[in-house]
Amino acid sequence: MTAYAPVLIVVVPLTAAALVPLAALVSGRLARAVALLAITAAAAAALAALVAVLEHGAMRHRFGGWPPPWGIEYVVDPLSGLMALLVAGFGVLVAVYAGPAVATAPRLLNGAFHAMYLLLLSGLLGMVLTGDLFNLYVFLEISSLAVYALIALGSERATIASFRYLLLGTVAGSFYLLGVGYLYALTGTLNMADLTVRLAPLAGSPGVTVGVALIVVGLAIKMALFPLHGWLPDAYAFAPTPVTGLIAAVMTKVSAYVLFRVLFFVLHPAATTPDALALLGWAAAAATVAGSVMALAQADVKRMLAYSSVGQMGCIVMGFALGTPLAVTGALLHILNHAVMKGCLFLAAGGVQFRTGAARVPEYDGAASRAPLSVAAFTIAACSLVGLPPTAGFFSKWYLLVASVEQGMWPFTLALVASSLLSAVYLFRVVQRAYFGRAPQETGRARAGAAELPLAMLVPVALLAAAVVVLGLLNQAVVTQVIASALPALEAR
Amino acid sequence: MTGTWVAWLHYWLTGGLLLVGLYGMLAAPHLVRKLMGMNIMQTSIIIFFLGLAAKTDATLPIVPTDDPAPAAAAYINPLPHALMLTAIVVGVSTSGVALALILRIHRHFGTLDERDLLSKLRE
Repeated sequence: MTAYAPVLIVVVPLTAAALVPLAALVSGRLARAVALLAITAAAAAALAALVAVLEHGAMRHRFGGWPPPWGIEYVVDPLSGLMALLVAGFGVLVAVYAGPAVATAPRLLNGAFHAMYLLLLSGLLGMVLTGDLFNLYVFLEISSLAVYALIALGSERATIASFRYLLLGTVAGSFYLLGVGYLYALTGTLNMADLTVRLAPLAGSPGVTVGVALIVVGLAIKMALFPLHGWLPDAYAFAPTPVTGLIAAVMTKVSAYVLFRVLFFVLHPAATTPDALALLGWAAAAATVAGSVMALAQADVKRMLAYSSVGQMGCIVMGFALGTPLAVTGALLHILNHAVMKGCLFLAAGGVQFRTGAARVPEYDGAASRAPLSVAAFTIAACSLVGLPPTAGFFSKWYLLVASVEQGMWPFTLALVASSLLSAVYLFRVVQRAYFGRAPQETGRARAGAAELPLAMLVPVALLAAAVVVLGLLNQAVVTQVIASALPALEAR
Repeated sequence: MTGTWVAWLHYWLTGGLLLVGLYGMLAAPHLVRKLMGMNIMQTSIIIFFLGLAAKTDATLPIVPTDDPAPAAAAYINPLPHALMLTAIVVGVSTSGVALALILRIHRHFGTLDERDLLSKLRE
């Protein structure tokens, strides 16, 4: 079975996405059961594949038996295996978390939600595993189309946010496709491993530069790199909370991972595009500061977290731009850490809102007395985002910080420190209100008595909060076991 | 030299088409017009890819069984066509989702002018 894991990870959710609407004709519960089963199976396959890969080395699957570069191949190496596990694992957690929210929905809507959710996941998993640039475009569009529909499930305002995201997302996809077209015209291949070989003698030619620039701009829009982040705050703020939790945690990260693949595996950055990389670094540094400053200005908690994501994506790209093994280690670790902590923040904020109705910062006054567990999870994740040891965020930021000092890039160092300090301000003002603010008289839709949250919502939040600390303590294992295996590619050529 | 720029002409045209599409998406206030700009932009990329496949003095990419060593120069490259078939499907789906969103926006807000919609979004 393990030999087929690379395919099953993607095909199981994709097939289930087609079955779920049919199941919804019978009952909403059946649809949900099918969806949960499929996502859990994908996560299990991802785990099995990662374990096998760590033991025996990379796994490749050729579709239809066609050998690359003619056929499409899926590649699971330690890094893509870990990303697949991250995406599928988050898929399970958020699907469970969404339970209470969808329980009351009509069965057909229930079916549509789960079908879109599965399509989004299979798109993201496909992007992570594919070894073919055009196949990646198709999965990019599958995940994008699903996410437009999911965002639009929010309020009526969400449809406007979703439409604007659709326009920008299509521009992003088209730029990526055009860039792939340039590389294809130059080399006649779409397979990533084959492109690496064939692009080497073409390094520095204008065609490669234009193609790469188009791909980078396209991916930068998808990952909301400042100043191309325009779609993100509205989309995150108006989408239903479970959807925001999933897309904030993994969707932009998958694009960042693809950027890493293209920059460091398909191309050799030092030889092909040093200027572009330097430019990317400055944009990232600007993003780090600007995202944090804009987060500071928000009163809506979800919107604040959304701008914070813009800043944190800057940190990740900054690591890629520095390009040293230490910096790239930090960036890859930050992809993982930020996914866990931002997912935890959004889901915990959703929990607070579910319990107390608080959505804006001033409304968090005294929230800790009514939603103690959610606020505790929020606080742990906030510590990690600021970068306090021993939480996960400290370690990835430390790698980035040391790398920027080593390279003598003081502006980057300053940007990192500034973003940490600013995030302390915008996150801890929420925590402070929650713990020390005076609670208003029972207003809003506060629920008296009973448990703080339904178990289905509480467990994912608690697991993520625990993961923030565990990842921090185990960061050395992640770096040596998984990330280190991706680094030789930096030095080999 | 005249041959060179004529050979490049269709790249300039597709590039121009791409810019027309992007300009429409940026400048038009009406959401349907933005969608049309988006479609024009996508079409320009499809034509760009098809241009890559074109060859003179080449035939359909069906290799006869009695040709033991087929020469690549004798056959048109079918791969860009296959890729663009997929891209067209993607474009159709995107337009479908976009039109569904436009319908919902129009039903609720009664307008499709972006300036009005943005002011309602910020309320």
